[in-house]
Amino acid sequence: MSAVAEKLETVKPTEAQLKARRSRNMAIAIALAAFVIIVYATSIVKLGSAVFERSF
Amino acid sequence: MALVEQHGLDGSVRLSEATASDYLALLKPRVMSLVVFTAFVGIVAAPVHLNPVMVLTAILCIAVGAGASGALNMWYDADIDAVMTRTSKRPIPSGRVQPGEALAFGLVLSALSVMTLGIFVNWVAGALLAFTIFFYAVVYTMWLKRWTPQNIVIGGAAGSFPPMIGWAAATGSISLESVLLFLIIFLWTPPHFWALALFKSGDYERAGIPMMPNVAGETSTKRQIFAYALLVAVVGVLPWTFGFTGEVYGLAATALGLGFVWYAWKVLAMPEADRAMKPAKALFGYSLLYLFAIFAIYLGDSVVARMLGI
Repeated sequence: MSAVAEKLETVKPTEAQLKARRSRNMAIAIALAAFVIIVYATSIVKLGSAVFERSF
Repeated sequence: MALVEQHGLDGSVRLSEATASDYLALLKPRVMSLVVFTAFVGIVAAPVHLNPVMVLTAILCIAVGAGASGALNMWYDADIDAVMTRTSKRPIPSGRVQPGEALAFGLVLSALSVMTLGIFVNWVAGALLAFTIFFYAVVYTMWLKRWTPQNIVIGGAAGSFPPMIGWAAATGSISLESVLLFLIIFLWTPPHFWALALFKSGDYERAGIPMMPNVAGETSTKRQIFAYALLVAVVGVLPWTFGFTGEVYGLAATALGLGFVWYAWKVLAMPEADRAMKPAKALFGYSLLYLFAIFAIYLGDSVVARMLGI
């Protein structure tokens, strides 16, 4: 185990650090969800019902 | 984004305290609002109807792309941001976000916005967005800004592209009408920023940025502001002259342009001893109102014309 990893194991995040991490995680979750919705919606708009027509 | 940002001299680890709002601040949301608005006008004014989902996607991509170039600008300019009062509280100089994180954030969002716009809308718009990001982050930020007092004249092109990208998103092409929208913002940028630079010249001088007032002097800057104000007033009316808009836009653009020239004249007449620089502050405020108003009227004009089938 590297020295950094060893130190990380013993790090206790402060309340401010935990709060900041939660805030970043929420933002990433919202951005990812928005991206999925955009890809889905634009695919339907561009391809219409053809989006479900597959040869497999 | 790395959790462990840096190691202290004692070898301790430091966890990030950057919140989502710090990352949002990297995207320069106030600049983004202008980008979103002008791009929206470009899309709606275009003669091709675009599905609302595609409009929303295009606007989001343009907004994120513009924000990404803002993050790249803040990464590169962290040293000068730290010494200017207007920018010293930004996420990097204040230490909340590490430069490497801002760089990665900007690069990832740039690639994502360009690819999404290209794949889902069209590649003309995608290529224009990529060029805009490159122009702002590399040509303006890395090259022009610290080198020439013409920095914001040439660099202003980056902020002028959004309505053109919006137009290209709808039509897949570039036309004279979208070039005129580009020109309005392009010629509006110098008087807007030089008005700010006049009353913030100490800030720019401390940071070593060659803005027009510190290089050519206040008198020359005021003359140039007036010259650009005249150009903006003329170009603002051109969409009506070319028959792209109705009389209401023509009259409004004329009135707004005359207002711009009037405020620029007050700056030109401002005595050298006036350090409060109220006319420069008034011009800066009016220039923001001018751009929002002229684009809002352009938008209204095209919507009404479409509804009436003109």
